[in-house]
Amino acid sequence: MGKDAELRGTTTLDGFRVLWVAIRREPRVFTVATLGAVLFGVLTVADAWVLGWSTQHVLIPAFETGEVGTDMLVWVVALFMAVAILRAVGIVARRLGGGIMYYRMQSHTRRGVTRQYLSLPMEWHQRHPTGQLLSNAYSDVEAAWAPIMPLPMALGTIVMMVIAVAQMFVADVVMALVGLLVFPAVVVANLLYQHYSSPLMTRAQGLRAEVSEIAHESFDGAMVVKTLGREVEETDRFRAKAHELRDVNVRAGRIRAIFDPALASLPNLGVLVVLAVGVARVASGATEPGDVVTIAYLLTIVAFPIRAIGWLLGEFPRSVVGYRRAKAVLDARGSMEYGQDALPASAAGALLEVDGLHYAYDPDTPLLRGVTFDVQPGRTVALVGATASGKSTLTSLMTRLVDPDGGAIRLDGHDLRGLRRGELPRDVALVPQTAFMFDDTVRGNVTLGADVPDEEVWGALRTAQADGFVAALPDGLDTRLGERGTSLSGGQRQRLSLARALVRRPRLLILDDATSAVDPEVEARILASLRDGRGDGDGDGVGDGDASLVVVAYRKATISLADEVVHLDEGRIVGRGTHAELLATSPAYAQLVNAYETDAAEEGSTR
Amino acid sequence: MSSTAPTAGTRMDTGEDIGAIATIRLGMQYSPELREGLRVTLLLAVIASCGQIVVPIAVQQTLDRGLNAPGGPRLDFVLWMGVLAALAIAVTSWASYAMTRRLFTTSERGLATLRTKAFRHVHDLPLLTQNTERRGALVSRVTTDVDQVSQFLVFGGLIFVVSIGQMLVATVLMLVYSWQLAAVVWLAFAPLFLSIRWFQKKLSAAYTVVRHQVGVLLGAISEPVVGAAVVRSNGVEARTQARIDTAIQDWQDAYIHAQKFTVTSFSLGGLSAGLANAGVIVIGVLLGFTGDMTPGKVLAFAFLVTLFVGPVQMGTQILTDAQNAISSWRRVLGILETPADLVDPGPDGEQLPRGAIDVRFADVTFSYPGGPPVLRDVDLTIGAGTRVAIVGETGSGKSTFAKLLTRLMDPGDGAVLLDGVDVRRIDARSLRRSVVLVPQEGFLFDDTVAANVRYGKLDATEDEILASAVELGIDDWLSGLPRGLHTAVGQRGESLSAGERQLVALLRAHLADPDLLVLDEATSAVDPALEMQIGRALERLMQSRTSVTIAHRLSTAESADEVIVVDKGRVVQRGPHGELVTQAGSVYAGLHASWVAQHSRA
Repeated sequence: MGKDAELRGTTTLDGFRVLWVAIRREPRVFTVATLGAVLFGVLTVADAWVLGWSTQHVLIPAFETGEVGTDMLVWVVALFMAVAILRAVGIVARRLGGGIMYYRMQSHTRRGVTRQYLSLPMEWHQRHPTGQLLSNAYSDVEAAWAPIMPLPMALGTIVMMVIAVAQMFVADVVMALVGLLVFPAVVVANLLYQHYSSPLMTRAQGLRAEVSEIAHESFDGAMVVKTLGREVEETDRFRAKAHELRDVNVRAGRIRAIFDPALASLPNLGVLVVLAVGVARVASGATEPGDVVTIAYLLTIVAFPIRAIGWLLGEFPRSVVGYRRAKAVLDARGSMEYGQDALPASAAGALLEVDGLHYAYDPDTPLLRGVTFDVQPGRTVALVGATASGKSTLTSLMTRLVDPDGGAIRLDGHDLRGLRRGELPRDVALVPQTAFMFDDTVRGNVTLGADVPDEEVWGALRTAQADGFVAALPDGLDTRLGERGTSLSGGQRQRLSLARALVRRPRLLILDDATSAVDPEVEARILASLRDGRGDGDGDGVGDGDASLVVVAYRKATISLADEVVHLDEGRIVGRGTHAELLATSPAYAQLVNAYETDAAEEGSTR
Repeated sequence: MSSTAPTAGTRMDTGEDIGAIATIRLGMQYSPELREGLRVTLLLAVIASCGQIVVPIAVQQTLDRGLNAPGGPRLDFVLWMGVLAALAIAVTSWASYAMTRRLFTTSERGLATLRTKAFRHVHDLPLLTQNTERRGALVSRVTTDVDQVSQFLVFGGLIFVVSIGQMLVATVLMLVYSWQLAAVVWLAFAPLFLSIRWFQKKLSAAYTVVRHQVGVLLGAISEPVVGAAVVRSNGVEARTQARIDTAIQDWQDAYIHAQKFTVTSFSLGGLSAGLANAGVIVIGVLLGFTGDMTPGKVLAFAFLVTLFVGPVQMGTQILTDAQNAISSWRRVLGILETPADLVDPGPDGEQLPRGAIDVRFADVTFSYPGGPPVLRDVDLTIGAGTRVAIVGETGSGKSTFAKLLTRLMDPGDGAVLLDGVDVRRIDARSLRRSVVLVPQEGFLFDDTVAANVRYGKLDATEDEILASAVELGIDDWLSGLPRGLHTAVGQRGESLSAGERQLVALLRAHLADPDLLVLDEATSAVDPALEMQIGRALERLMQSRTSVTIAHRLSTAESADEVIVVDKGRVVQRGPHGELVTQAGSVYAGLHASWVAQHSRA
């Protein structure tokens, strides 16, 4: 997606199209900023006029007559200060307006992009690397709107140029025509500059993203890098990209080094030509010396601001690429469709029916092939199977993170796909294998913003055996966890993640090997409180309604909690029944779950 | 498992306390390229900046001596003047070209060096320090922050120096014409100069807030991406969006606040210029009455004022824009200024000989910054070639033990010795070569299974990898993957299940062929049958090495040569399983009883 966007070239017209989007979105701020820039431009020209006026009406008469009225001196100060103040107002309007517009546009786009991230289906997320999505939402947006900053200045410059050109024509048509040659020359030089530098800018933008992706991944895997002593190799990997970026930047710099002085000297050369032509015309009596001065002066005034147009155009290639990358996210289609069905308002356990389920990430390797089972209200079903047998995929389907390729899942008789938005998360909670923590307080991570009294939060933490360590944290429930909860151990994160599910009082609770990082001692206590807490009506907010429970488990202690066991192998159900029944009838099952004892027994017999 | 509360003390240096000049000086130290040929570049910059006055001088000369020459307009003078000026423009343009080219080359080279050094230093920082920073913020220090500095170096730094030079030259010229008028100009600009420091402080504070908000924003943006599944399964899209929206708004407010200061200081320059112009005319007229002035002199002076105002405005603009760049530079340098507690003695350090390693903890005490000791006076020896299991309750200090053993942290008191050598004196390359830790959550890079396994042994051939998999008994699993060794594992390995990620991490460690293998719950997410199978395979493979296993499951402890029981930071029991389990009322007997109870409930 991103690559395609980059392969299409960018033109100056594309740059203006992106700007047009911003202007339509923020017309008022844009108008204020542009008026400020125009005011600034007009007053820059006016400055010269005030100097001329003062010379003619105050300075010269004063020296000639040897006296000056105080009122005239006041006028001089007033005029200069008026121009200066108005110009300052112009600067404030231009720069502040430009800034506000730039930041607002970034905010608009980021709100749009992140809304897409939240509404696009999981399949879409699985297809797009994390690093790319992060840079789409940050640096691409920044690049897209970068030309907004120099835009008002450039527009003000155009106004200044128009005034200057008009004055030049008033002064002397021939010299004005000569001087005007400077403008197309500057434009041509700018276009050439664009042509040579835009491919490099585009390349540099892509490389910046790559450098960022490497850094992200490498810092994420810092522990592995450290424990395997791969710092040198990682640094080499980073350095290679950083050097590639450096080389592209240096090449872009060389082009800039050529065009910068060229663009700066074009108006200067224009002035020299005007001087030569002007003096010739004065000599032939065709014009007045004063007109030569005027035209030369006007050209020098616009010489510098004219480059603002160059700065604007210089931002275009990056802008267009960034805009296209962000737009690709904004235009992505395929949000998950929701139906109209509502679930009954009940606290009782839900009925879950899984019917002929098929699913594959990759068409060549189906993960689930016709899985059918049900969980009766208030019952506990254990999903047991070897590593990579499709259990986690099944939990994703049950919580509708993804939709099945074939078959259906029904909750209380309603196909999950027919449920209203928000209906499923209200009644079904999943505790995933890997706990994800938000950069928030402990309370925020458990309640996820729901208005839950502290007693219920503590109740859920108690059931999850997390109350002890949370109480020991410096600020208890108000302790901030930091990004992804890196300050906690894996087991602690799992327990908070469990408490998060419990506090929502789900009617169906799904535990996907959710206690793998927890000590057996603690795990035993969690299981005991889950079992005892279910249907106890003690008001601790946990399992009061006798929730249905699906557990993905390896350990017998967990499995023993279940009323029924579903044995999954290579995407098919190969056994169903109570733990005891399966142990008796299925050697494969027995071998899978009895591994610890068998091993201990073997150890024992060899001793 | 260590229960570490978030603590202060091992924070990353923010660099906030480094002054602006000190930042630049320090920056030059870390990027020596920036100094290369600086004098020549500076000289070129001075020549290039003269380009700005060529034309005004040419105009003035043409007017005075060409057009208004006593005998009427002198065309020849104007022509010569033009040729001379064109030559001057050519020379200054060339100087500008050469300067820009040199600037780009040296600053990009210097910054690539800085970027790489900072990246490397992040990896050299202790794990604890790495964890105190948001990943996004850490990444931005080696990416966008460096880009900011590059902008500043290329477009700001030198021009600023040159501007000051031009300002001084203009002042000298003004003094030559009239010291009174020069004083007027300086007086008009005094408020600006005096307020610069104040503005700098305000701007610096404002941009510090900006950088902080950028970090918060990056964190907020990452939640719907990294936590996509959790957000969906809990139906908290609206809340997540609200948090992002708040971060976006705060970010915007911070930037606009900073922008206000920039704009104010900038417009103040314009006011001063107006004041200076008016003052020159008024005072010039008044001075004229005392006979010291002529109209020509006043006008010439007005022209000098523009020569003064130009660089002043340029200078203040650079100074304000520089605040952002300098604070970025500080943040990058802040990484490098954060001490890497675990100093690697490098090739001068001791080399561990190959072969099983013996481990000694000599009175080791360790506490996380600001917390109570997690391990107290641990003193023990693990003989070369033994298989040891470490057991204990959550929070007993088991994981801390593993981290000290593999030198992810250094003890507060006492020492960890491998083969009799303090780990702090061992060359890090040798240490990592011989000692490998397999953590509970094995991080995978977004690449194929083979590439991830090769982190353990860079030059491993596919046959070697497959042979290792056979030895570990996970070849069935490997061949069951859609593309075998060439299966892509996805970002952070998320296309695989947690158990499969652990298998890759194990394979990686096995291929690394360590002399001391430390497993910290390395198979917790793998099914029991496979776990036991791997356990037996490791037993066989670890024959001639030392292995330390941190285990939740006592089945591992049962098969170890020796069990070390940790409780509340102390070693309370050690010995073979059979022996410990009979010590009635002991910690181990208690742990074992609950384990047995769990597994016989069926």
